Amino acid sequence: MQEKLALIAAGFCFLAGFARTMWAVGAHRYHRSAANLLLNAGGFIFLTLFLHLRGQALGKCPLTNLGEVLIFLSWATVLTYLVVGSTYRLSLIGAFTAPLVATLLGLALVFDSGPPTGPPAPRGTLNPWLETHAAVSLIAYGVFALACIAGAMYLFQDRLLKRREFNEWFHNLPPIHTLAQANGRLLIFGFILLSIGLSAGFFVNRETPTLKLMLSIGVWVIYAVIILLRSLHALPERRVALYSVSAFLLSFGSLVWMEFLRT
Amino acid sequence: MSVPTLPELRCTGLSHHTAPVEVRERFAVEDRHLDTRLGALLDTGLREAVVLSTCNRVEYYTFGPASQMLDQVFYGKQPSEGNPAVYRLEGQDAVRHLFAVVAGLDSMVIGETEIAGQTKKAYQHAVKANATGGFLNQLFQRAFAAAKAVRTHTRITRGPVSVGAAAVDLAEKIFGHLGERDVLILGAGETSEGVARSLQSRGVRSLIVSNRSHDRACELAALIGGQALHFDDWETACRDCDIVISSTAAPHWLVLEERMRDVMRHRPHRPLFAIDLAVPRDIEPGVGDIDGVYLYDMDALQRLADQALSERRQEAARGRDLIEKYVIAYLEWANSRPASAALSSAPGLNAASAESV
Repeated sequence: MQEKLALIAAGFCFLAGFARTMWAVGAHRYHRSAANLLLNAGGFIFLTLFLHLRGQALGKCPLTNLGEVLIFLSWATVLTYLVVGSTYRLSLIGAFTAPLVATLLGLALVFDSGPPTGPPAPRGTLNPWLETHAAVSLIAYGVFALACIAGAMYLFQDRLLKRREFNEWFHNLPPIHTLAQANGRLLIFGFILLSIGLSAGFFVNRETPTLKLMLSIGVWVIYAVIILLRSLHALPERRVALYSVSAFLLSFGSLVWMEFLRT
Repeated sequence: MSVPTLPELRCTGLSHHTAPVEVRERFAVEDRHLDTRLGALLDTGLREAVVLSTCNRVEYYTFGPASQMLDQVFYGKQPSEGNPAVYRLEGQDAVRHLFAVVAGLDSMVIGETEIAGQTKKAYQHAVKANATGGFLNQLFQRAFAAAKAVRTHTRITRGPVSVGAAAVDLAEKIFGHLGERDVLILGAGETSEGVARSLQSRGVRSLIVSNRSHDRACELAALIGGQALHFDDWETACRDCDIVISSTAAPHWLVLEERMRDVMRHRPHRPLFAIDLAVPRDIEPGVGDIDGVYLYDMDALQRLADQALSERRQEAARGRDLIEKYVIAYLEWANSRPASAALSSAPGLNAASAESV
């Protein structure tokens, strides 16, 4: 019950932050304030509480069903936002993060099969490579989620600048060059984490389904190609942003599919 | 509840609303003459006075019985003829006017903040000259507080209101901080010089001027602290710069789409802000379709400035609503003072905090 309350409270925080920003932008009253950051931070605390409670009940990292995976992904996305948002001072990125996380949590409520009925896994039976593989890979997906958000914001601001639409969004979105830099760095950071996560997977002494292996490597290759082309200067920033959004949607789809098949 | 009146408080003056510059300049009071003017006003029986003289307004804020000297200042030797440019506001109208002036609501460019600084300077001058007392000290300090509230709670200062400011605003929307940005100016006209100066005021790293007449390029470069470049080399320089301002007199397009596509290939991950101020235009419109290039001509910049000005006008109404409570509060404060306070309103009273405004 406590777990569910924590999840609902987290969802409420993100939705409240999103609604507040939408209202402020619509009413031409938006200005940078700590409110969004506090709401996202509040949501993050509730997500952490959920993961802690579920982890205690399971006796291991709570990644045993699709619902838990989505919640962990939400947690990783907000964690990245809290670090990156303050580093780049990306005004409004919280407003773009909130609806994505709220959607993930909504899906999680549907797919989460609830707390375990049996006792927690005894100490010493955990496979550290498996835990590392799952947790680090999901944090990488969280970073890619934020890269996707930065990419979407880039495309939006690019459109406003090209079409000369000087509306409320135009005034409040971050500089387009900053968004491009954030997107590029998040892609690299996410790729490093994904590489570590996948590498750990090879040490798990357990047979991996071929489809899962192929999808995982496929996602890794897609991001590798984007980063390679970007570093070879073969892609303009708009394309990088577009591919960042597409790659996340694709990888998220494959992640959900894999988990759906697994559970 | 009736709003108390304050008939001895007056504002007499003229501004850009009522008089053209050639009239305003005749009434302007230079800083070096302020002490004499304030002293003369107090000698006529006024108890307190502040003179605000800027390029857009000359206003005398006074407290005390009506002064013939002010009539002479504004109406000359035949006051009966009057002067249609001059306004005389009393009591709450004078208070409301000052609060609107300091908040930038009465300015030529609504929301500009320079007037607040100019008013502070005028007030401090009057304090030093021992020309203010309880009523004007309170009035001006409350005016500064009201102006701060207007700036904080409305968007009166937001958005660019000139072509130069619009260019700066867009540059910051593209690059963020401009400290590491290089600007290339094609043509040495006055318009591009103005925009370049606006960018320079935001700290751009370098300005390079290229013109068909190299001598003219050198002149402008010297004027704005930039470097001159031979016109044949501008395309190469374009690869390293972030902002291009073009305003040549060329009868045809100077910056071509095909050439710019090549330039952009040499500057990966760096956007380019192209500003075309020329008529006829210098930059082929297709340049704006290139990924990473943001092309704005004079009309687009003007549209951004007009939009900001229009938004500021809307915000001005909110600003006027906001200052109303400050007006009432001041009048109530003034009314709550004993009758003897007005008579004993001696210059210098309560001026200690004037230095801190």
